[in-house]
Amino acid sequence: MSWLQKLLPPKIKRSEGAKKSIPEGLWTKCPACEAVLYATDLENNQSVCPKCSHHHRIRARARLDLLLDPEGRFEIGAEVLPLDPLKFKDSRRYIDRLAAANEDTCEADAMVVMQGAIKTVQVVVACFEFDFLGGSMGSVVGERFVRGVKAAIEQQLPFICITATGGARMQEGLFSLMQMAKTTAAVTQLSQHQLPFITLLTDPTMGGVSASFAFMGDVVIAEPGALIGFAGPRVIEQTVRERLPEGFQRAEFLIEKGAVDMIVDRRELRDRLASLITLLQRVPAVQ
Amino acid sequence: MPAMKTTFLDFEQPIAELENKIEQLRFVQDDSAVDISEEISRLETKSQSLTKEIYGKLTPWQIALVARHPQRPYTFDYVEHIFTDFEELHGDRAFADDHAIVGGLARFNGQACMVIGHQKGRDTKEKIHRNFGMPRPEGYRKAMRLMKLAEKFGMPVFTFVDTPGAYPGIDAEERGQSEAIGHNLYVMAELKVPLITTIIGEGGSGGALAIAVGDAVLMLQHSTYSVISPEGCASILWKSADKAADAAETMGITAARLKTLGLIDRVVTEPTGGAHRDHRAAALSLKKALQEALKQVSGLSPEELVERRFERLMSYGKFKEQLN
Repeated sequence: MSWLQKLLPPKIKRSEGAKKSIPEGLWTKCPACEAVLYATDLENNQSVCPKCSHHHRIRARARLDLLLDPEGRFEIGAEVLPLDPLKFKDSRRYIDRLAAANEDTCEADAMVVMQGAIKTVQVVVACFEFDFLGGSMGSVVGERFVRGVKAAIEQQLPFICITATGGARMQEGLFSLMQMAKTTAAVTQLSQHQLPFITLLTDPTMGGVSASFAFMGDVVIAEPGALIGFAGPRVIEQTVRERLPEGFQRAEFLIEKGAVDMIVDRRELRDRLASLITLLQRVPAVQ
Repeated sequence: MPAMKTTFLDFEQPIAELENKIEQLRFVQDDSAVDISEEISRLETKSQSLTKEIYGKLTPWQIALVARHPQRPYTFDYVEHIFTDFEELHGDRAFADDHAIVGGLARFNGQACMVIGHQKGRDTKEKIHRNFGMPRPEGYRKAMRLMKLAEKFGMPVFTFVDTPGAYPGIDAEERGQSEAIGHNLYVMAELKVPLITTIIGEGGSGGALAIAVGDAVLMLQHSTYSVISPEGCASILWKSADKAADAAETMGITAARLKTLGLIDRVVTEPTGGAHRDHRAAALSLKKALQEALKQVSGLSPEELVERRFERLMSYGKFKEQLN
């Protein structure tokens, strides 16, 4: 039994296996086309709106469930847990925010790393949990990422990172900023070992994560409609004092500007990733 | 020190009043029947000790204001006092020359090296020209080009950090601000020559880090280095930019605090009352520190250097480990 499960009262204990991406409510409204959807239909469609193909945000473990083969997967770096090195307090103490996020998400921090397979192709995948303090990158995210990279190198596996984050975590101050340098330095080692590094940028990918390893992938993929950028739209609007162009910082805007290699529909992701990896590894395709 | 009058910050008002009085006395001295030079020198001593006292107990927020002081030495001021034979190199070879990041070849104690730094402007016109020290992607790409050039010819790189942050503009986003910064982090992690970084003023987030991954990271005594500006942090977490002083306090943005936290290597002493009161003295103090920092890594082979830097980077972060 993990420390987390021991710690939490029974009513919020996570059931074994995946947590549902849609926690409650039978009906849900698509924010893009406003269609009222039966929650199960949405979930069965990988949380992509069956009417307009809007890609809803999705939790880290649900994402990994969709992506990885069910057999033989295991978590990496779960032993790395957060501290409060600055004794940070704003309107709320950081440790209280951590505890609340833990209770809400059943995660100890904003990243889940797993080793597993995509259509039998072995990989290590690091996935941001946006629901945990906005997927912000602090010391734990950085260290789990690095441990994932190390595992990939040890076993000569490709490394995939799926981002969903507001950027660096303010409550860990400069420690968070340094995670940008740390994670990016780690991926240089993947190159040295000729291991494919693929990033999948999902909604949203901003700030310190966007401006570190996110665009350093050998192949950079974006999800349809994802907001991806360095500065947030509001900050830019306040700085330049003009309205932002339609679709600014969206995946479709980025591919137009040459910033990403491709936009891939979530429902095709497994096939496309398996194809890309086997191509990069120069091995036969998988069925 | 520049010929212009010193600009006093709010918390320096007692010093300003004294200086004002000294100025007035000097003015009347020539016509005065009695000798008031003694009184002047008494007040000057008092002003100095008052400056020392006030600067001895600055709050993090006050330090942030000193770091942004309009007369604080900028990269070119340090280039003038620390290096010789400076040859500025321009442009990213792809889009433009960014004026918020400058760089070029120079000599440090006679040895060829590369100098790269953010550059702010003094007057309104120059401020705009320098975009307030906020680089666009082409600035970071120029910096990367110069780092690669330094690597090719085996010379050390000195970087000087002084920016509120990377420019948050439409054009900057269109040309890949994120990619430009991330790519620099990537290149700096592998660069096979010594990288010595100094935070000389504002170390504003990713826009600062993009030229600040080093074998040694130094900070001037009254500079700041943070993941987000105190104002930005306050407006997000406190929902009010007025809480910037609180944010500065709790984020740990000062040289002394970051040294204690093990995130920087050395605090470089500034002249009494801040680097802006004596550019030359500040530069000399920094030059000495740079010499020592360079000496520490100059005996290493390129492989050892990169290995050492990598281990440093991997050591960043505070977490606990608990096995299930």
